[in-house]
Amino acid sequence: MSSVPMENTTSPRKSKKALPVGHYRGLASWTVVFFVFLYLPIVVLIFYSFNANRMVMNWGGFGIDWYIKAFQNDDIQSAVWNSLVVATVATVVATAIATVGALVLARGGNFRGKTISLGLITLPLMVPEIVTAVAVLIFFAAIGLNWGLGNVIIAHTTFCIPFAFMPIRARLEGMDTSLEQAARDLYASEWETFRYVTVPLLMPGILAGAMLSFVISMDDFIITLMVGGAGSTTLPVYIYSMIRRGLTPEINAVSTLLLLVSIAIVTAYWIMSRKTET
Amino acid sequence: MSNWLPKSAAGRRWLGLAPSYFVIGIFMLVPMVIMGVFSFLEPNPYGGVKPVGSLDAYVKLFFEYDLEDNLVFNPGYLNIILRSFQLSFGATLLCLIFGFPVAYFITLQPENRRNLYIYLITIPFWTNLLIRTFAWIIILGRGGVIETPLLWAGIIEDSLRMMYTDGAIAIGLTYSYLPLMVLPIYASLEKLDFRLLEAASDLYANRFEVMTKVVIPLCKPGIIAGCILVFIPCIGAFIAPNLLGGGKKLMLGSLVQFQFASARNWPFGSALSMLLLSAVVVVLIFYARAAKKREAMEGTA
Amino acid sequence: MKRLLTIFAAAAAMLTLGSAKASGELFIYNWTEYTPPELVEKFEKETGIKVSVDTYDSNETLLAKLQAGATGYDLVVPSQNFVPIMIKEGLIQKVAVYDLPNYKNYVESWKKPEWDPEHEYTAPWQWGTTSFAYHNDYSGKGESLKEFFEPSEELRGRLSVFPTPDEVVSLANIYLGIPFCSEDAKQMKKVQDLLVAQKEFVVAYNNETMSDLITSGEALMTNHWNGYARLGRLAGAPINYAYPKEGVVGWFDSLVVPSSAKNVENARKFMNFMMDPVNMAILTENQGYGDAIKGTAQYYSEELKSAPEVNPPSDLNVVFAPTCSPKAQSLIDKVWTKVMQ
Repeated sequence: MSSVPMENTTSPRKSKKALPVGHYRGLASWTVVFFVFLYLPIVVLIFYSFNANRMVMNWGGFGIDWYIKAFQNDDIQSAVWNSLVVATVATVVATAIATVGALVLARGGNFRGKTISLGLITLPLMVPEIVTAVAVLIFFAAIGLNWGLGNVIIAHTTFCIPFAFMPIRARLEGMDTSLEQAARDLYASEWETFRYVTVPLLMPGILAGAMLSFVISMDDFIITLMVGGAGSTTLPVYIYSMIRRGLTPEINAVSTLLLLVSIAIVTAYWIMSRKTET
Repeated sequence: MSNWLPKSAAGRRWLGLAPSYFVIGIFMLVPMVIMGVFSFLEPNPYGGVKPVGSLDAYVKLFFEYDLEDNLVFNPGYLNIILRSFQLSFGATLLCLIFGFPVAYFITLQPENRRNLYIYLITIPFWTNLLIRTFAWIIILGRGGVIETPLLWAGIIEDSLRMMYTDGAIAIGLTYSYLPLMVLPIYASLEKLDFRLLEAASDLYANRFEVMTKVVIPLCKPGIIAGCILVFIPCIGAFIAPNLLGGGKKLMLGSLVQFQFASARNWPFGSALSMLLLSAVVVVLIFYARAAKKREAMEGTA
Repeated sequence: MKRLLTIFAAAAAMLTLGSAKASGELFIYNWTEYTPPELVEKFEKETGIKVSVDTYDSNETLLAKLQAGATGYDLVVPSQNFVPIMIKEGLIQKVAVYDLPNYKNYVESWKKPEWDPEHEYTAPWQWGTTSFAYHNDYSGKGESLKEFFEPSEELRGRLSVFPTPDEVVSLANIYLGIPFCSEDAKQMKKVQDLLVAQKEFVVAYNNETMSDLITSGEALMTNHWNGYARLGRLAGAPINYAYPKEGVVGWFDSLVVPSSAKNVENARKFMNFMMDPVNMAILTENQGYGDAIKGTAQYYSEELKSAPEVNPPSDLNVVFAPTCSPKAQSLIDKVWTKVMQ
């Protein structure tokens, strides 16, 4: 992980002078290395989903048996469905809550209780998952909350808030207010200014926050395991609990299918965003 | 449309923060208080607590009864905490070094391509962490993706033994939490006004100075957000240390887990969490103080 | 905003659907991949009861959830050493398993287990053993626990051990001839010294990828469960499950009914169903551990009948771990924390 790739892959024809200000040599190659690092495990994982053998890591020839099995396995399907429902609802709610919270904390000036509010919002980040899990379990049991998947959604929303909050606040902090000022000067209402100026400016932060929340929620295991009631097994819970039987390529097959879904969403988004621009 | 909004600044503040206060207050703060209370109780032999006050859990953090029942100072748990902090610090640094240039590169791209890059970064994380970590075992392990071609080409003769080392843990942690670093940095870099860079350059700042004196200070909130988001989950991480590091040295995450599961000592698990929590809070307060000072200085300048 | 509301409405609708339960239902909470779907379908077809299965990862998780209060589950599957805790804490209820028609199929030698001598609570699921397994290339024969606890030089950096103390300490107890759940500090000091010395040889503490460690050659010897080792062997791992002369640790998972269960009669029906040799044979064939029901062997495949992991030597000493006293448990905890520092 040294800086070697920064140097040797730059085309020799580009002279240092030709780079505009703010551009640096080797950034592109660095990014390539980054994406190789990011996708190498994914390639391996997809490759092994076609393993005919039961043991993930022991190659036993090419086969699509595990895809067929995955399609026949109701437990896995409901686990995937549960995961998607939880992650979607938690992401939407947490991002909305985090956005208004961040607006107040970044724009509301200095006020009493600002530091405490910040601390409170980031609290879910600071507590080890197992502690949250046990504490929330006890709390839910004490108030008699037994909504199955609903318990899981509440817990996920809670710990997703700081993950959505941090990028949104980072984006807001020091964001130029002159455009909003201009909109107000041009008699845009407060809501219009917010809707047509602030939100679009804030969008990269909101998007980043929502992505983080989704990813975090899709991966959570301990909290889900603890707070979930009957009928709330999610995919991570399913996967992590396979210990006594060993992992099978079936999980790789499911993961590959999930990747396909996410790629389909990206593609759809990509096409849509191009259309709106032309 | 905005008529329903309260007019006063304080009212709006309250309205904006209310949802966060409500959700986190009820579903996080209250359970935390319960935990705090638990840490001062006696353990129930089979999990849970007895309603009897006791400081044993905190004594146990620093002292132990040896096998012959003498109370002696025990740095063991402190060592585990220290080790976890070191590892998290290393992983955070790696994420920053690896992630920052990428976030910066994405900002330089045409606008509609940026979101595509962001999606590309998050796609791998649609896959379960355990499965991705398993993939690293195949990559790093004996006879794995890296070793096999090297062995075949005769560059190496024996296994490199890359697995089950601190290096493997670092790779695993970096891999697990990389998007938590890149996304906030990107979110804050994205609003960077490139004319500032040109201005700096016109004022004879060299490339290095443009980066350190203009870009990095301007996206500091993003960098700090990223570091916090990576650092804290790393402290509690146990999948990478166990699967890639071989679990030979206990980490804080596994230790707390162990107290609630096998050892069934909830008060001690709670006390450990409280210690961890206060350590993190101290760091954050320190950071908030520093930020306030900076703000004040900038305000008077 | 409208879109948001739609998502909410959909989620809310799903939740209410999930909680509106008809009477003919059964909620099972079991280890993952431990409940063969064909068995569930067969039961549903025979009885018309709708079965729903959720999964957990460890006995501790199960205990914590039951202790926290109502869970909505009708059947759970703890290991033997957790049954007395659950009884003592009032978490499971008496369901008169001895009164079920198929109780007659219970293997005599498995009757009157320490954890539930009258069979008031438990119906059998599967039982298995914890021992170690070794690579074909390993020079020894896995005849003694000495090979695992005091390894020869060839195992330096090539040994894998479970990452949780329960089974490891129990195995060490067997090797050292110390009773399980010892409350004697001096005895536990011996265990601690043994495990600290063993650590010199350990490449990984792991209970997930044992067969993979053997396949890749990363480890030549590893802690293992019998059924999992068989699956590894069938998948091509050069692995041999060892039956050391000192003995192995046994575990016995049973069906029990939580006190908060709503469908107790359906749970009993399922218990009875599982004590039918035809059905139990399906489970054993699927899992490759052992069962405690008469007449299942005739339904086994040839492979299972001859699998060494399922057919231990007749003189094998299988020791089932009891529930440890708090004092003994805290000693185990201390030993393990020391080993892991």
